[in-house]
Amino acid sequence: MSSAAEIARQTQQREIRNRWLLSAPALLIIFFAAIGPLFVVLAYSFMVKGDYGDVKFGQYSLDGWFSVFFQRDIFDDTLTLADAHLSIFWRSLKLSFFTTLLTLLLGFPTAYFIATRPRNTREIWVFLVTIPFWTNLLIRTFAMQQVIRNEGVVNSVLMWTGIIDQPLQIMFTDTAILLGMVYVYLPLMILPLYASMEKLDFRLIEAGYDLYAGRLQVLWRVIIPLVKPGVIAGSILVFIPSLGAYVIPRVLGGGKNLMLGNLIELQFGAGRNWPLGAALSITLMVIVMVALLFYVRNAARSGAQHG
Amino acid sequence: MPKPEEAEQKRVAVEARSIVKAFGQGSNAIRALDNVSVAIRENEFFTLLGPSGCGKTTLLRLIAGFEYPTEGAILLYGDDIAGLPPFKRPVNTVFQSYALFPHLTVSENVAFGLEMLGRSKDEIKSRVAAMLKLVHMEELGNRRTDQISGGQAQRVALARALAPGPKVLLLDEPLSALDYKLRKEMQIELKRMQSETGITFIFVTHDQEEALTMSDRIAVMSKGRILQVGSPWDIYDKPADRFVADFIGETNFLTAAVVDIANSRATVRLSSGKEIPATVAEGMQPKHEATIVVRPEHARAVKKGGQLSGTVENVVYFGTDTHIHIRLEDGSPFTVRQQNARSEFCGFEIGDPAGIEIAADAAQVLRD
Ligand SMILES: Nc1ncnc2c1ncn2[C@@H]1O[C@H](COP(=O)(O)OP(=O)(O)O)[C@@H](O)[C@H]1O
Ligand SMILES: [Mg+2]
Repeated sequence: MSSAAEIARQTQQREIRNRWLLSAPALLIIFFAAIGPLFVVLAYSFMVKGDYGDVKFGQYSLDGWFSVFFQRDIFDDTLTLADAHLSIFWRSLKLSFFTTLLTLLLGFPTAYFIATRPRNTREIWVFLVTIPFWTNLLIRTFAMQQVIRNEGVVNSVLMWTGIIDQPLQIMFTDTAILLGMVYVYLPLMILPLYASMEKLDFRLIEAGYDLYAGRLQVLWRVIIPLVKPGVIAGSILVFIPSLGAYVIPRVLGGGKNLMLGNLIELQFGAGRNWPLGAALSITLMVIVMVALLFYVRNAARSGAQHG
Repeated sequence: MPKPEEAEQKRVAVEARSIVKAFGQGSNAIRALDNVSVAIRENEFFTLLGPSGCGKTTLLRLIAGFEYPTEGAILLYGDDIAGLPPFKRPVNTVFQSYALFPHLTVSENVAFGLEMLGRSKDEIKSRVAAMLKLVHMEELGNRRTDQISGGQAQRVALARALAPGPKVLLLDEPLSALDYKLRKEMQIELKRMQSETGITFIFVTHDQEEALTMSDRIAVMSKGRILQVGSPWDIYDKPADRFVADFIGETNFLTAAVVDIANSRATVRLSSGKEIPATVAEGMQPKHEATIVVRPEHARAVKKGGQLSGTVENVVYFGTDTHIHIRLEDGSPFTVRQQNARSEFCGFEIGDPAGIEIAADAAQVLRD
């Protein structure tokens, strides 16, 4: 005969077992779709590169990681920093930072505008913001190309009005990449910003005005601290894909203005250096994580200062 | 009793002149305020009293500057403040929902207005301490606003609004979210703070008892209009019309015929045929048929005699007093309220016949 305590113990065990069983599908998906491939990439980065791409299984080397940062001169075998790689890292960070900043500057007033519309019209505005998602990224990028190329809309209008007499060379510059990324990632900034602004208690803004805060002060001291979760979420959603962007720099930046995504693609394609490609991928991930940690830490600290 | 000479000498702090406030356009516009004029004196505890939706909040928001009048003007110490945005008006608000900043601590909330006014750090620090002391919250300055109770949040909202030293404090139903006991406590506290700070308080409530106990003067509002302005005593004892009489306290309405009128006294004939004296508001021209009001505490149920008679329908015991509901012979209801003598029942049971004795001077002819 089992005691009450025994029954309770058995019930608890059964519950724990059920919990694991029920979450098994999710855990399997997470493992095979997310964590597993990462380990494959990590393993590849430590292998010897194959002659026609791929890797030589079972042969390990640090060459992949080595060439992320250094290059050996072909003539005199001296070691130098891999300037080309580092400048691509730097360009990626710089462009992603400015993309995030610009989408924030453009997205903030847009999201605020939508959040302050009457409830029944807000959905229409949100819907309009999401329309670009219906089209393929490649097509959107080519659309941007049509706008900024030498014979494109911008240059035509500027030349027609006589403001310039030579077309502005925007295509194949960092500016072109920046414009393309801001255009493509703007909705990813607007949506989380809107989500947190929609929850904003507008009576708090009135309280701010009531307590002698002018418009700018209300923005800095009331609105921004309150919608900070949306600012953080939007920045993360824009910064991460910007850093790994591939199509946009490929189409708008041409062959010379590479970003990290293009560099990685190059190693797996024409470069036939899979270990380097894998090492670069991991490096990209580390940069993203460090940048995020830094950002979230800072955002949380400035939040703590306010309360 | 108000002393008119003294009251007249006080300066007018806030004046609303023929204010109309319409929301919406054209035919479906709502007139939230319909030709409202009122003058609120310096250092006064002034209450806007009226049922929900009568325009109290709208009037406060016009004074605070969150809305602009469709017609009319708001004057602050004689100056038209139409052009001033809320952050330039020396007026602070205690919001109905408190609207404390959730990202700031209690102290930071109280300091907010002072910081925006560019006061020095030292001044802010001492002022915040003084304000927290005033509302008995010294200990909780570092709490987050979600770590305090509703009553405490109410005090913080009050301290925050008082800290910049406004000329006028607007309070929009600040006590309505509190439970009964806390509300009674805060009523006394608010009165104390008003007399300690000497700031003009404009207080909004839909609770007539709250208005009567706290106010120097009350404006009774209904459907976007102010029906009567006066001291609690005036409002209760000399209601100007049926709405005010009905809204403030309990009242018996009787139809009567005006037999005679001289100065501000009239003689009216009740449905029973008996004649009683009644007061008439100044400048009033009673018609032959008139409505008169008698407060329940100004009448007594008697076994024999009285000016009216009827049958007891219900007897409700309230501890300090007993309400006797009587159906009059003409079919209308009448309630009398009498104090309970010690260990003695009122002597009436349901179904008993009863007479009603109306105290001298208790009846009043209404303007309708
Ligand atoms: N912003 C607004 N838009 C439309 N109607 C409003 C607005 N504010 C108030 N009203 C209307 O004005 C009337 C008075 O409202 P309010 O001043 O809030 O009343 P109270 O505070 O006395 O309950 C109500 O009928 C309300 O629906
Ligand atoms: Mg209201």
